[in-house]
Amino acid sequence: MIYFAGILGLLNVSAFKHDIIQNVGVAVMGLSAIFAILIITYMKKWKWLFTEWLTSLDPKKIGLMYIFVAVLMLLKAGTDAGMMRLQQSISVGNNQGFLSSSHYQQIFSAHGTTMIFFAAMGLMFGLINIGVPLLIGARDVAFPFLNSVSFWLFVAGMILLNTSLAVGEFSGAGWLAYPPLSELQFSPSVGVDYWIWSLQIAGIGSLLSGINFIVTILKNRAKGMNLMKMPMFVWSVFGSMTLVVLAFPILTVTITLLYLDRFLGMHFFTAGGGGNPMMYVNLIWAWGHPEVYILILPAFGIFSEIVATFSKKRLFGYTSMVWAIWAIVLLSFTVWLHHFFTMGSGSDVNGFFGIMTMVIAIPTGVKIFNWIFTMYRGRINFSSPMIYFMGFILLFSIGGVAGVLLAVPPVDFQLNNSLFLVAHFHSMIVSGVLFGYFAGITYWFPKIFGFTLKDIIGKYAAYFWIIGFIFAFVPLYILGIMGATRRMNHYSNDLGFQPLFIVAGLGVGIIGLGLFMQVLQIFVSIIKRKQLQDKTGDPWNGRTLEWSIKSPAPEYNYAILPEVKYRDQFWEDKQIRYKMTKKQFKNFNVPKNSYLGLVIAFLAFCVGFAAIWHILLLFIFGIVGILIAIIYRSLDENTLKMITFDDLTQEDKLRLKGSN
Amino acid sequence: MAENIDLVETAESTKTYLGFWIYIMTDCILFASLFAVYAVLHNNTNGGHSGQTLFSMPYALAETLILLTSSFTSGLTILAARRNNSKKVMLWMAITFFLGGLFLFLEVKEFNHLIQTGNSWRVSGFLSSYFTLVGTHGLHISIGLIWMAILVFFIFRNGLSKKTIKGLTLFNLFWHFLDVIWIFIFSVVYLMGHVGL
Repeated sequence: MIYFAGILGLLNVSAFKHDIIQNVGVAVMGLSAIFAILIITYMKKWKWLFTEWLTSLDPKKIGLMYIFVAVLMLLKAGTDAGMMRLQQSISVGNNQGFLSSSHYQQIFSAHGTTMIFFAAMGLMFGLINIGVPLLIGARDVAFPFLNSVSFWLFVAGMILLNTSLAVGEFSGAGWLAYPPLSELQFSPSVGVDYWIWSLQIAGIGSLLSGINFIVTILKNRAKGMNLMKMPMFVWSVFGSMTLVVLAFPILTVTITLLYLDRFLGMHFFTAGGGGNPMMYVNLIWAWGHPEVYILILPAFGIFSEIVATFSKKRLFGYTSMVWAIWAIVLLSFTVWLHHFFTMGSGSDVNGFFGIMTMVIAIPTGVKIFNWIFTMYRGRINFSSPMIYFMGFILLFSIGGVAGVLLAVPPVDFQLNNSLFLVAHFHSMIVSGVLFGYFAGITYWFPKIFGFTLKDIIGKYAAYFWIIGFIFAFVPLYILGIMGATRRMNHYSNDLGFQPLFIVAGLGVGIIGLGLFMQVLQIFVSIIKRKQLQDKTGDPWNGRTLEWSIKSPAPEYNYAILPEVKYRDQFWEDKQIRYKMTKKQFKNFNVPKNSYLGLVIAFLAFCVGFAAIWHILLLFIFGIVGILIAIIYRSLDENTLKMITFDDLTQEDKLRLKGSN
Repeated sequence: MAENIDLVETAESTKTYLGFWIYIMTDCILFASLFAVYAVLHNNTNGGHSGQTLFSMPYALAETLILLTSSFTSGLTILAARRNNSKKVMLWMAITFFLGGLFLFLEVKEFNHLIQTGNSWRVSGFLSSYFTLVGTHGLHISIGLIWMAILVFFIFRNGLSKKTIKGLTLFNLFWHFLDVIWIFIFSVVYLMGHVGL
């Protein structure tokens, strides 16, 4: 057992030696980073980048940075997915494919970890940051500095995860690193430690965000907006963040214990020494199942906003939607065992969790019907967010029915660990979570940038995603029933899997076209931003408060804080030809920029890196540094800047003059 | 006696209090998970000693009384702060700090004793979970001690202001919370271990 070894710990030259494919990956990442640095230096944008973005405490900018990082991670983990599908399409019989089995293990582990923690969570927190303060009629979140710390911890975790590509290797123990495989005895390299620490750092960021947004929603709402007048997106975020606060401490504990096993030689999850590997599986899913709902609830909320806006009707069944969210929040803690029916808990326990799993489908079904009834007799505008929504209703329902099937323990004994399961949860995560976030990005894009995205390209993107999804995952349902297990890098020819794997590979190609269309959409929209400009601030004929201010929304969101009487306040205002009531403008404060979030995240990265490589000095440096940074921040009395009438945007000045 | 400090909560400070309460709840779940782990593993002694032979009840009781007293003296700082008596605040803080430090010292001594007598965390699942559960509490106490030192420094420099009183209140929440956790540790780890449950 080596606790600490020398100034560099376990780090040595062999950590930098990789096989060819990995070297190509490192080279691509390194070169793009150098290229980005050169471009910024050439355009002399460092100062702008630092003052306008990296140190900003404006939740809209933090949200955009979240989305930027998440999209990069989506592309990276999407490449992993493409490599896996290519491998499985060709690695039959005598052909071993192009990936070694150990590299393949790292790829599927990295794909799952990156997609959940850095792509999906990043898109979610990005949209929450952008959406929540605007929708509740607030200028900011409750704790702006904490928000920046959360974001930068997320980035630190992301960088740590990707460092494993170049320095050492990543975990090959799957996205949840089940012991005893993930214990030191069977995974002696640093891979699992990279997994632990990148999740730990990003997870603490998520936990802090959870606290921040609960307080924001409870304390920062516009005057008159009682809880039952909140937009549905805000309700769904409230539910999701409640789950974050309840579930993430369990993750923190679980992976810390795994690290203690590996680092200090403890016996929590070891196969011998009085450890209990099954306890890990219970603990990780006690976090992991709520995590799925953490991701999906905000997507439900976005769809609720979109379907009402694009159907020109108020949301059907508002109260039942709220209750459905809270039923899901509660029930999501009563189903975790369905992830391991085969572990041998006995038929009574399995029966209970099977039934609870079927029960949780009911509130989700309530929501599906509410959305469909919202569309019924509406004047539906089939813009790209609506296409995503239709794809979601179709594919999510199919995936949900597959989930109810898996909830039956005897069926699960057959399908457990098969590609049927993989197809099921991708139906939930891709067509539920990702489609929701894509729709949300399209929906709020004009509010942030001042111009809409070119809709026709967005429609192509949505259709490519939907059709690609069907091609990529319906074969997996069939393969699963045929007996194909997950995480398989090679199979025998006479099993007859290959044709379906080739179809699935084609599906990934079509999804790739969808991704290409999305990138193209952004470029075309930037070029044609004059034509696409959102002059009214209300491009969709919206219903909620954020559409009442101009696009792009100013740093302070609302020059005068709105007051609310109705659920769809802005819609009601438009019906009665709302006139600005006379209100006196008062100066207010917004937070000043702070670079300390960046500093704390850098130090957290040092702590993580030191813990992975057992470097004592760097570890102490990181911990002490974080303490000093926190103390320094608490000493700072001068964290706010005042916004006076002169600082307002031209539009807001005119509006205020008009009303006074 | 100087005039009472206005303790009316501003909108900003209610946000901080609510946020801090939610943080404490997350910490509560963290400890709940550790307790659950301990409950699962506490009989897995792997041929080593069990809690019945390892733990000394008078020692644990002494630790408990010291920590409970520190919680009481920490509460007295708030009473002194309400009377705007910064000297008394610092006196009670110093006593709290001393008691907290004494508790931590006793805990480290106990850990050291266990390790010296060949009962380290590497021996069994039971000892791993024991050291982690009690050690996590000890880590929180250490953070509390650092926090106290900083608060005393602030009060010494700036006197009692809205900001320092807010800090004092938050610290008290934290310290009482650690007390509650310790009572559970005392009951679940030491008492039940002593009885052999």
